[in-house]
Amino acid sequence: MDSESKLVNITIDGSEVAVPEGTTILKAAERLGIVIPRYCWHPGLSAPAQCRMCLVDVEGAPKPLPACVQQVQDGMVVSTDCVEARKARRGVIEFLLLNHPLDCPICDAAGQCMLQDYAHETGQLQRRAVEPKVVLGRDHVTSEILYFADRCILCTRCVRFMDEIAQEPVLQVINRGHKGYIDTMTDELFEHPFSMNIVDVCPVGALVNEDFLFKARSWDLDQTASICPGCSQGCNVALGTKENRIVRLKPRFNPEVNSYWMCDYGRGEVVRWGAGIRAEVPMVREADRLAPVDWSRALDATVEALEAAEGGAKAIVDPGASNESLYMVRRLMDQVGFDGGSFRVSSGPQHVLKGFPKLALREDRAANARGAETLGFGRVDDIYGAVGSHRGVLFVLEERLDDAPEDFADGSALFVYIGSVLSPAARKADIVLPSPTFAEMDGTFTNFEGRVQRFTQGLRPPGLARPIWMSGSVVLARMGGGEPFTSAAAAFGALADEFSAFSGLSYEKIGLTGAVSAAAESGATAS
Amino acid sequence: MAYPYEHPREERMLSQYFGDKDAIGIDGWIERGGYKALEKALGMAQDDVIQVVKDSGLRGRGGAGFPAGLKWSFMPKDGKVPSYVACNADESEPGTFKDRELMRWTPHQVIEGIIIASYAVRAQHAYIYIRGEFVDIVRVLNGAVVEAYERGYLGANILGSGYDMDLTVHTGAGAYIAGEETGLLNSLEGRRAEPRVKPPFPAQKGAFDRPTTVNNVETLASVPHIVLNGADWYRQWGTEKSPGTKLFSCCGHLQRPGNYEVPLDFSLKELVYELCGGPPEGRELLGVIPGGSSVPILTVDELDCDVSYEGIEAAGSFLGSGGLIAMDDSTCMVRAVRRMVEFYAHESCGQCTPCREGTSWLTKILKRIERGEGREEDIPLLLDVGSNMSGSTICPLSDSAAVPVVSSIQKYEDEYMAHIRDGSCTAKR
Repeated sequence: MDSESKLVNITIDGSEVAVPEGTTILKAAERLGIVIPRYCWHPGLSAPAQCRMCLVDVEGAPKPLPACVQQVQDGMVVSTDCVEARKARRGVIEFLLLNHPLDCPICDAAGQCMLQDYAHETGQLQRRAVEPKVVLGRDHVTSEILYFADRCILCTRCVRFMDEIAQEPVLQVINRGHKGYIDTMTDELFEHPFSMNIVDVCPVGALVNEDFLFKARSWDLDQTASICPGCSQGCNVALGTKENRIVRLKPRFNPEVNSYWMCDYGRGEVVRWGAGIRAEVPMVREADRLAPVDWSRALDATVEALEAAEGGAKAIVDPGASNESLYMVRRLMDQVGFDGGSFRVSSGPQHVLKGFPKLALREDRAANARGAETLGFGRVDDIYGAVGSHRGVLFVLEERLDDAPEDFADGSALFVYIGSVLSPAARKADIVLPSPTFAEMDGTFTNFEGRVQRFTQGLRPPGLARPIWMSGSVVLARMGGGEPFTSAAAAFGALADEFSAFSGLSYEKIGLTGAVSAAAESGATAS
Repeated sequence: MAYPYEHPREERMLSQYFGDKDAIGIDGWIERGGYKALEKALGMAQDDVIQVVKDSGLRGRGGAGFPAGLKWSFMPKDGKVPSYVACNADESEPGTFKDRELMRWTPHQVIEGIIIASYAVRAQHAYIYIRGEFVDIVRVLNGAVVEAYERGYLGANILGSGYDMDLTVHTGAGAYIAGEETGLLNSLEGRRAEPRVKPPFPAQKGAFDRPTTVNNVETLASVPHIVLNGADWYRQWGTEKSPGTKLFSCCGHLQRPGNYEVPLDFSLKELVYELCGGPPEGRELLGVIPGGSSVPILTVDELDCDVSYEGIEAAGSFLGSGGLIAMDDSTCMVRAVRRMVEFYAHESCGQCTPCREGTSWLTKILKRIERGEGREEDIPLLLDVGSNMSGSTICPLSDSAAVPVVSSIQKYEDEYMAHIRDGSCTAKR
């Protein structure tokens, strides 16, 4: 039996393409680079074929057919651009704009709006309707999502997301026909840990995230491929940044991790990331005070202190730190004599996305606990216990130590704090090396199932903050530990050589969708 | 016994007992020869029953006119999954009221047809999906179903044949679109009555995603007669392509409105002028809609045809559901059309953009013309909007809404122009 499905040949706009039997015209056209306009069709949802935007002309068919559901047949000749198909699309756009407020200048979706795009494409400048527009209101559907009924084109993507993916069918088209609008069946707002995806699937500006409302025009945003640091799932995201701030997160498609979705917790978490007083300059303790210094003095002091250190090194790390940063801390500790490192993970209830159960807001609310474990750090409940009697060097990486006992580091001969936030406990350090947040540098996280995923730099770090894989490598080089790393990729290369859980991986191989090393796949853990 | 008027030229097969109270109950029905066809059918092979119906040429009476036997033959024969029959009793096409009378006077005629159809297509469960407004008819049907169970015509081992079947009467909540067969199935399942994308057709994936045959009340009511008397007997009436008799619900400006059953080769003109008596005294007919509001209007000059599917089509309209609406010269055509389109705007389920938006836009334009604020460019606009609404949606409701607009402009443009140019109306009041 041939397991490959049969190929059929079809012609779309004069180009021939062979696609597997059962492919829709819309998908087949994409293979030729032809994007057939659509509203109700979304790749992650069912296709109700109701917006009628994707109507195409098929030779021999009595009327135009919806490309989103119509399956190809051998020898089919499709035209997406003939007079009939254009007229059908023009008609649909005109219908959709009949009561649309055209409030693009104050609409959050402007610039990323499919209605705007296709309306421009049809080039219909003159409004034929003289009737006044129907004016509807706006209302909350969740405490954070606003519904602008005027802008809604009733494509029902949001309804289907709640129905099929969230599997909590709380949204409905209320009323029928031209009186229809989207709402819950009760007067109450609904709550769902993945509710914000309805904003993402909305092809127009009907559903908007109130947190993003009026914050930025979409065309002013820079987009950066990243990984959500909110939990150990590692959703692939695009950071939307403006004026060196994250203003929103959107899920980035990855069929292995999060499909087209991500949770609300991650979005809210990241937008508030980096709150607190940032560590912007290196600091070195002089007598009783921490004095700001430049990097060369800070590195000199670090090298000097480490060379003089005795009693081994312990560390408290944050499971949200990147593999490269953790690796560098590990190397620095090895230099002095590794005496164990620990981390703690804050946790919360797990929420599985029922329609895509690979994706969940995981209990571990940290991106890289698995990576920290792989690099030899141990998960503990009490991070302070192990260091209480420690007399050697103490490294702290990114952990804010908010609940640290007054005297927790008093016994340590040297306390080096590496982090982005200058928390009160960090002010007790002997040396502070400021570092960027995940959004401000390149790096990798290992998610809960061992998938190594890259995030890239979207923001400029404040002041003199510099990744530890970079500054630490200079320290190491000065202490005879090889050449400094000039890129995160080089740091990762060294890491992959040293730890079998990463063997065979490289930035190139990981790409922007992640990879699992052969070792991790076969069940091996830390080296 | 006639209902409500009688005419000797009628051919009363389905409507023979209209007005006869004694035919409603099961005893009266059996006295009148009821359930003999079922006995006969249960003694036949299923495929033979389908063959008889196929041979009879019976076409769907709901409006589309699809051959009933052919529809049945699409059902799977292996019995691997449960399958269903749904009787479409959501009669809601404006101008149509034949199914209501069939169920009111002869509920067992319909039920017998449903049981035979279910047997033929190997369904274990049938539903009568009836519009909720028919409160009195629902009572009649529920009573008749109970009677049929008591006499062993429904339930386990029907008449000792080994065939089991259940019948449920399901009331709709009053939506026109629930009469579209896949909208009906969604409504039956408890969803919004929104038509489904076809394919898959109901015979592949219907109620509860199982193979389902959906037939109109009148279609199913014709089945016992065909099974009992044979295909040739049924073909004594009508034409080659449109055999048999059909009920016409005649309403509007007529002297004797009502249901008339005539062979399908009957003259449309005679139906209007002779059986129904033509327009009231002193009035002239303006036009006739022969098959419910979804079909084009015929002018008085176009009535010279027979009432077969192909006859009316040749005249420029469709037989549809047989809901004949006559309009005399007191009618303002713009207003009549506006009223029809308003109905479609109200009843559009709202899934498809062209229908949801187009129906309400057409209504607004027509209202504007009606109150004398029309512009000459509204005429081409109405036609173009109508064309954008046609053939571009999941179900034909959108097309149906455009039909009266387009056909009335083609045939009665003067009336529109009177409103637009002079702010006047040609209706003779």
